[in-house]
Amino acid sequence: MTAEKLLMRNFDRADSHTLEAYRATGGYTAWPKAQALDPAAIVEEVKQSNLRGLGGAGFPTGTKWSFIPKNHTGPVYLVINADEGEPGTFKDRYLLERDPHALLEGMLVAARAIRSARGFVYVRGEYVEPWRRFAAAVREAYDAGYLGRGFDVVVHRGAGAYICGEETGLIASLEGKKGWPKLKPPFPAIKGAFGAPTIVNNVETICHVPHIINRGAAWFAALGTKTQGGTRMYSVSGRVKRPGVYEASVAITLRQLIYDLAGGVTGNGRLKAVVPGGSSAAILRADEIDVTLDVDGLRNAGTMAGSAGVIVMDETVSIPEALMVVARFYAHESCGQCTPCRESTGWIYKMCQRIVEGRGTKDDLDKILDVARRGAGTTICAFYDGAVGPYISYIEKFRSEFEALIPTLIPT
Amino acid sequence: MSGQARVPSAAHAGLASPAQVTFSPAQLAEVRRLQGLYPDPRAALLPVLHMAQDTFGYVSLEVEEYVAGLFALSPAHVHEVVTFYTLYFQTPKGRHVVAVCHNLSCHLAGARAIIEHLEARLGVAVGETTDDGRVTLQSVECLCACEHAPMMQVDDRYEFDLTPEKVDRILERLR
Repeated sequence: MTAEKLLMRNFDRADSHTLEAYRATGGYTAWPKAQALDPAAIVEEVKQSNLRGLGGAGFPTGTKWSFIPKNHTGPVYLVINADEGEPGTFKDRYLLERDPHALLEGMLVAARAIRSARGFVYVRGEYVEPWRRFAAAVREAYDAGYLGRGFDVVVHRGAGAYICGEETGLIASLEGKKGWPKLKPPFPAIKGAFGAPTIVNNVETICHVPHIINRGAAWFAALGTKTQGGTRMYSVSGRVKRPGVYEASVAITLRQLIYDLAGGVTGNGRLKAVVPGGSSAAILRADEIDVTLDVDGLRNAGTMAGSAGVIVMDETVSIPEALMVVARFYAHESCGQCTPCRESTGWIYKMCQRIVEGRGTKDDLDKILDVARRGAGTTICAFYDGAVGPYISYIEKFRSEFEALIPTLIPT
Repeated sequence: MSGQARVPSAAHAGLASPAQVTFSPAQLAEVRRLQGLYPDPRAALLPVLHMAQDTFGYVSLEVEEYVAGLFALSPAHVHEVVTFYTLYFQTPKGRHVVAVCHNLSCHLAGARAIIEHLEARLGVAVGETTDDGRVTLQSVECLCACEHAPMMQVDDRYEFDLTPEKVDRILERLR
């Protein structure tokens, strides 16, 4: 289960962010191999590896790359989503700070695969230190001649908006606009940044690419499940003994992650609930943690792998209060473009607040569920569907806890 | 927000007056460099707004108008962008910004108590700035450092594993 580390293999070195350390540990050996490969062969290798997007959606990476129109002659852009913001997730921060050259080498390979001459790395505005680290690595890579010979990298800082982690919102923000998502189709691979075909990939996803080139698709695929290859970085926080980031196969179970890697549950020591994939993932009860953490494993369990941000709650945690905190987040971060999302996130937060404050009415819970269900699937982007995950699952799985706070429902 | 009454005057916080809203020649060269990095120069708007805020203290309407001129954009477009993002301040801010995460993992680790401690120590509510213009206190959404909850950002720096004592030591450093 504690498989060999790929993404975190250098994290113990104090100088892991430097070009020297990256090269000393086998870095920049995949790039020359990729240069000898036809772009289509790189896409095929990544397809065969079963690498899936690790930012949230879990889309097969090679398939995404193959959507770039074949005979396109104008510019193609590679955009890296380093706008990490999903509550409970902190893996990309580590990669930017501790192994920025792995991202750059992955970008070189990906750019060759999609025939891109220019890449943009969109770093969330709050990540000042990761941004500085990464920008320093970019300068090193230019000086060493990895960049600037057919591929250029621009590091772009965001300015604080969760919605810019959504790929079309990110593209709008990169273009200097407010980060409003766009209707798809057209998908970014057809019409993305600056109107050109664009591939948007998460940091961690791209950091895997050099390993796939070096050791082969079959090897990578075998690390995971039938439908998802490799390892991933789990961000574990909340009531666990050892919060932190852990790299392991996508095939481990949630129980193994919590008890074997993160040291088990703190608080009163008894597990109550787990958010398995960032706050937009439906919550799981303590008796639902014997699931594998791959994209399809968690989808079959009625939730999602998302960004692998795992938030653990022991029995002392109030679920209604947790939902109120999560609802506040979605109310704050809704971009305001689509009415169902803008209105529902605001009103649901207010209802959660009054329930927690003992002012809830007997209809509130069903009203929240109704509003959540009606809005799902009606908006431009996946943000509102992400909010609906917690609204419905917290209430359905812990309804009695909510009811105990509503005066007219408390038995006299 | 109740904080409006407590923001320090621009002069108090050592900020530029509207007449001084002009970049230096070196900064203007940097603006042109940033604009040249993108297929469409207007894409440099966010980075240039960061520069403007660092230079002028906050993004006033005058700053918006000045920046709009550098991009041949309408001030309305720049205003729309500025108001969309949380990191641009439209009113004077303190010399330091203390932003405490209040999202789920930090909440589970006691963020509320940390925020209350900061409010008591600074004598301001969330969203306000101390009378001496030293600190603006915010409570913000996930900063993605949940393994070190409760945590906060002080200017550019993340501060981890907060306790009231640690918060006091951090505040002492802020002048």
